[in-house]
Amino acid sequence: MEETCELLHPIDRWLKTERMPHIWCPGCGVGPTIHAWVRALERVGIEKEKVVYVSGIGCCGRGSGYLDVDGFHTTHGRAIPFAVGLKLANPELCVTVISGDGDLFAIGGNHFIHACRRNNDLLVICVNNFIYGMTGGQLAPTTPHGGYSTTSPYGNIEHPFNTPHLADAAGAVYVARWTSIHVRELELSIAEALRMKGFRYIEVLSPCPVNFGRRNNFPEPDAMAKWFAQSSVIMHGADTSKVAIDMGKPIILGNFVKREGKPTYYELLRKLEEMRRKR
Amino acid sequence: MGKAVLTGRHFWYGNIAIAEGAIAAGCRFFAGYPITPASEIAEHISRRFPEVGGIFVQFEDELASMAAILGASWAGVKSMTATSGPGFSLMMENIGLGVMMEVPVVVVDVQRGAPSTGLPTLTAQGDVMQAKWGSHGQYEIIALSPESPQEAFDLTIRCFNLAEKYRVPTILLASESVCHSAGKVVVPPEEEIEIVYRKKPSVPPDEYLPYKPDEDLIPPMACAGEGYSIKTTGLTHDERGYPDTTPEAQEKLVKRLNDKIRMHREEIVEVEEDFMDDAEIAVVSYGQVSRPAKRAVKMAREEGIKAGSIRLITVWPFAEHIIRKWAKQVDFFVVPELNYGQIYLEVKREACGNAETILVPRMGGRLITPEEIYHEIKKVVGR
Repeated sequence: MEETCELLHPIDRWLKTERMPHIWCPGCGVGPTIHAWVRALERVGIEKEKVVYVSGIGCCGRGSGYLDVDGFHTTHGRAIPFAVGLKLANPELCVTVISGDGDLFAIGGNHFIHACRRNNDLLVICVNNFIYGMTGGQLAPTTPHGGYSTTSPYGNIEHPFNTPHLADAAGAVYVARWTSIHVRELELSIAEALRMKGFRYIEVLSPCPVNFGRRNNFPEPDAMAKWFAQSSVIMHGADTSKVAIDMGKPIILGNFVKREGKPTYYELLRKLEEMRRKR
Repeated sequence: MGKAVLTGRHFWYGNIAIAEGAIAAGCRFFAGYPITPASEIAEHISRRFPEVGGIFVQFEDELASMAAILGASWAGVKSMTATSGPGFSLMMENIGLGVMMEVPVVVVDVQRGAPSTGLPTLTAQGDVMQAKWGSHGQYEIIALSPESPQEAFDLTIRCFNLAEKYRVPTILLASESVCHSAGKVVVPPEEEIEIVYRKKPSVPPDEYLPYKPDEDLIPPMACAGEGYSIKTTGLTHDERGYPDTTPEAQEKLVKRLNDKIRMHREEIVEVEEDFMDDAEIAVVSYGQVSRPAKRAVKMAREEGIKAGSIRLITVWPFAEHIIRKWAKQVDFFVVPELNYGQIYLEVKREACGNAETILVPRMGGRLITPEEIYHEIKKVVGR
């Protein structure tokens, strides 16, 4: 007698499985990042109905459509302000922005620093693949100095953002950096961030074999992942001003910043309302 | 908690009337960026919202403000922003997203002289076409234009009601001269103010399709956190809200986004007509220019000239059925506006050659006087 049983992946209940296969290229780090986020949501025990996934434009933008949670695929660079409005209007929601480096730090850079400054209650995960992947490999604000892209064919003359330092300087209460191959550490870091309030930022370095790797001395599909594995050094609490990414130098990973007790924008707003009422 | 509806008689600037109209309509989320001549709306709301439990945020720019009100509306809270030309230009990006995602929000544009920085402190009506066509692609939108502080209050409420009903960003196309003039504003008792709220799904979450319209072409709207697992995107999408970038999906979606407004044109369009019964010349106006226009029509009547007034309270969708109707009776449409011909083009198009359309343009900076409009009427009579 033959027995059948339906095998479910542990995170299937979070996915719109009918939408698979997804659009991401083999070797991409977006999938593992979302996987780690979902496992962290499970780990922390957040109710699925309260989870909101806001994305911008680019490879990451599509992520919000694959999850069985409220998903908002917004405009380029505006995921953070959209999410700020959503979360302030319903503070019961658990709102996460997962977006790319171009979306969050080029076109959306201003919104990022101001949301940090205001301490809006959001978790922002940046999948940093050093390039504009969706549009075919153009220069990003994170492309390493000297790096090649379709719009820096002779090498990048610009200097990239050190995004954890930017978040730290602008006042984020939680700042970490991992890579998409550090799935376990990433999951735990996201879980830690989910348990906090305020503006929390996690950078996830991700391979982009198709649009970054092949033009930058990582010709094999797994070469960028190997680069991460070989060059990464974990230094929790590292000085974020010293974690800039430079090709050929160690990549510093870890949970860098944890600020306790800084009130969120919403908390201050409600306090102000109380004061107004007592007057 | 303070009073939301300040029932009674007030002497308010247009900008204050807009802010109070929004509060009376149930708006509890405001995002904005300082700009002349709209800043008093944000200032007043920042004072009033803590009394009524609203959330006011001054954002880093208008791009963020517009995105934030879309997010807040998706969380179920009536939301608004207010700006002027330069900020309105920046908002076009996410007005498009609001159209595509079908988000009820209100955008106030206090028009000032333009292009570019133009005349920050002086009036104009140069953003009329921008309100309709400013974001890329083809869509229909709703825009109302107040002639006075009283109407600024009333129409702000109506903007919210229309936005909620038709699930579309709705624009209050005001102008510096309305917003910086003070006048009597009567706020009715709360129970007399009609308030519309978006229709909610009538099916359980597993049967709900976020973009499946009813017969009126408007889909019921679930909000974030209600368990409907909403999918929404600025990409062309199917009824499930999943991206579907095919010509067929594009045809179906874009057609519906336009048709849901067009099929309700007669319900949305509001005009005020004076002396039109036997009119041979109709002055078509909107916003504060309507006041000198109506005065000019009275002056003409006193001289025995058969002039009438058509005031467009709703600017978009355009009152094409009204213009077409009167084009069969009148010989001339006279269109005074504070630009170099915008609504004039619409009137001319709908007159279909049945009546001659004459533009009375002023580039902005000041209102047109009744005498100037009357002078144009006299010129027409002399033909």
